[in-house]
Amino acid sequence: MINYFPEEVLWHVFSFLTSHPDRNAASLVCKSWYNVERFSRGKVFIGNCYAISPERMISRFPRVRSLTLKGKPHFADFNLIPQDWGGNVYPWIVAMAKGSTNLEELRLKRMVVSDESLELLAKSFPNFKSLVLVSCEGFTTDGLAAIASNCRFLRELDLQENEVEDRRGQWLSCFPDSCTSLSSLNFACLKGEVNVAALERLVARCRNLKSLRLNHAVPPDALQKILAQAPQLVDLGADSFVHDPESETYNKLKNVMQKCSSIRSLSGFLDVNARCLPSIYPICINLTSLNLSYAPGIYSKELVKLIHKCKKLQRLWILDTIGDKGLGVVASTCKELQELRVFPSDLHVVGNVAVTEEGLVAISAGCPNLNSLLYFCQQMTNAALITVAKNCPNFIRFRLCTLNPTIPDAVTMQPLDEGFGAIVQSCKGLKRLSVSGLLTDQVFLYIGMYAEQLEMLSIAFAGDSDKGMLYVLNGCKKLKKLEIRDSPFGNMALLADTGKYETMRSLWMSSCGVTFGGCKTLAEKMPRLNVEIINEGDEMEGRPDDRQKVEKMYLYRTLVGPRKDAPDFVWTL
Amino acid sequence: MNLKATELRLGLPGTDESQKEYSSFVKSNKRSSEGMDSSCNEEECATAPKAQVVGWPPVRSYRKNVLQQQQKKSDSDVSGMYVKVSMDGAPYLRKIDIKVYKNYPDLLMALENMFKCSMGVYSEREGYNGSEYAPTYEDKDGDWMLVGDVPWDMFVTSCKRLRIMKGSEAKGLGCQ
Repeated sequence: MINYFPEEVLWHVFSFLTSHPDRNAASLVCKSWYNVERFSRGKVFIGNCYAISPERMISRFPRVRSLTLKGKPHFADFNLIPQDWGGNVYPWIVAMAKGSTNLEELRLKRMVVSDESLELLAKSFPNFKSLVLVSCEGFTTDGLAAIASNCRFLRELDLQENEVEDRRGQWLSCFPDSCTSLSSLNFACLKGEVNVAALERLVARCRNLKSLRLNHAVPPDALQKILAQAPQLVDLGADSFVHDPESETYNKLKNVMQKCSSIRSLSGFLDVNARCLPSIYPICINLTSLNLSYAPGIYSKELVKLIHKCKKLQRLWILDTIGDKGLGVVASTCKELQELRVFPSDLHVVGNVAVTEEGLVAISAGCPNLNSLLYFCQQMTNAALITVAKNCPNFIRFRLCTLNPTIPDAVTMQPLDEGFGAIVQSCKGLKRLSVSGLLTDQVFLYIGMYAEQLEMLSIAFAGDSDKGMLYVLNGCKKLKKLEIRDSPFGNMALLADTGKYETMRSLWMSSCGVTFGGCKTLAEKMPRLNVEIINEGDEMEGRPDDRQKVEKMYLYRTLVGPRKDAPDFVWTL
Repeated sequence: MNLKATELRLGLPGTDESQKEYSSFVKSNKRSSEGMDSSCNEEECATAPKAQVVGWPPVRSYRKNVLQQQQKKSDSDVSGMYVKVSMDGAPYLRKIDIKVYKNYPDLLMALENMFKCSMGVYSEREGYNGSEYAPTYEDKDGDWMLVGDVPWDMFVTSCKRLRIMKGSEAKGLGCQ
């Protein structure tokens, strides 16, 4: 019956399929569905840019309009991966330009993006609308100038936490007068000056501008003028805020803020005098998202006063200077809170008690809708985690990071196994988990047993033996990404179920117990995996001994064999 | 002397809890039962910055760099020489402008007022005698020095932050 289903109907039905898992599933049903699906897929998501080649992607999805690519493994964020490891976007842009892809949107994370790539991108796709770069590097403001100059229909230029070299050009002035389509402009991560007059004119003519995040170089005086032109803004980021509450600029800012009644999301405040915060009080009542994690100048007292006014907050990112007491205020004020991230302010652990388990328990009691957490804390207890698990069964993402990676329960001195066990048992929808603190194999037994929906797990300085890793590999059926550092897991765990890795996107293991011999065996057995060893320093002269432990191993499933752009220090076995 | 063999313990004979080695590279922190005390052993804290593990805590380099830059800026304010002052056991730090003071006695008096403590009398040989507190500062090289050893002007230009140490550690600094 299904064979006689007219294709037009399938097309129509598939147009409602938006999620990638749904589309992937549909494409497996039969050849006919596979073909209809592949021609109708507009948004392609590739979680590991080395899993497939650009050419094959284009040939399967010729009508791709939006491409999302991720490059380096997550631990690259923490200096565990040397420069020039890879993840270059250039081959993708070249291939799409050659294939005359009608690319409209490109979203990249942890990739290397050169100015050359940006120039080619800007000139090859006439309908290009949206560029989102997250944690990327390799480009300069010259590349941005190319985008600004050539992308006539650009709607979105969103640069999040990238390392961008400033070339003292006038990239912002490169937006032609005819450019009026911008709805989102985020250049907060740029360190250099921008032409403020050009910025003001740009904002004035882009009547659809909803999201604007400025960098530190835009002075408060300009901020005030810009806001006056854009009262329709929904999302604002300002790093350079007023310093003097007696100044004319402050008054103007206060007045202009009152008119910005559409702002729902606020970020920045890198450079601020906390006494000037009352100027934003009028918009606090409407805020659903607040990111003050880059605002070390706002101390506890002012922070608390501010939060007190933000009753509709759903997302809050802050520094641990807020303290447990401040978190108590969040708990009693922000009843609709869904996502909380508490970042460490002082990375040198000099005895400043930042936040502890008390703050987290308070939050869990006050904010039952909490589903996403990133919490850097001085200490934790099992009792607290058990309470949190009971109060908040809806966690999808739970990442706990104790500043001392192997600290035990602060009260009982026991490992934190029971606490995390309670979390995985209670939160049936948990997809992402990061554990820390003193942990034995027991915690992994719990994770393997209960974390049925878990897709990503981060482990550091945990476990006693191979059993720990095996519990996870055997138990977590939906596991996609596993990253492990400084834990005693070796070849036995690595090789127990080699087929498992083809069901996962990637596995990272560093400073563990796996050896060259183990990695080689795995590579030989599984041709559709790339097993890469990252080799730094001169310890590896010539062919290393099979018994030698591997410092860093990254393996991932791939359809295209060993990558051709691997640098000298990366060996694909 | 194998005292362990004569120890009275619960548990099966032949099992020894202490044999289980938890891979802990930093000594575990005990919560002090004395209220305000910092939960981190003083000695470890003073040396902790030098024993950092690569990539821990897992904070993106971008974030670290931004906060460090901002820290540098606020520490070297052009108007005045503001330095942070911490006192062991206090829940939050203070900031003072050391340019405002003309000499050590002025500075010490201000600190004593701010933190409601007494720091005793300075002598080159014995440091601060007569109290459980000693004022120290971090110099440009990152070393912790006793306040008072160098000429005032040299101190003002080399002082990055102040820390009022408490207890036995404070005594240790003055003794040779």
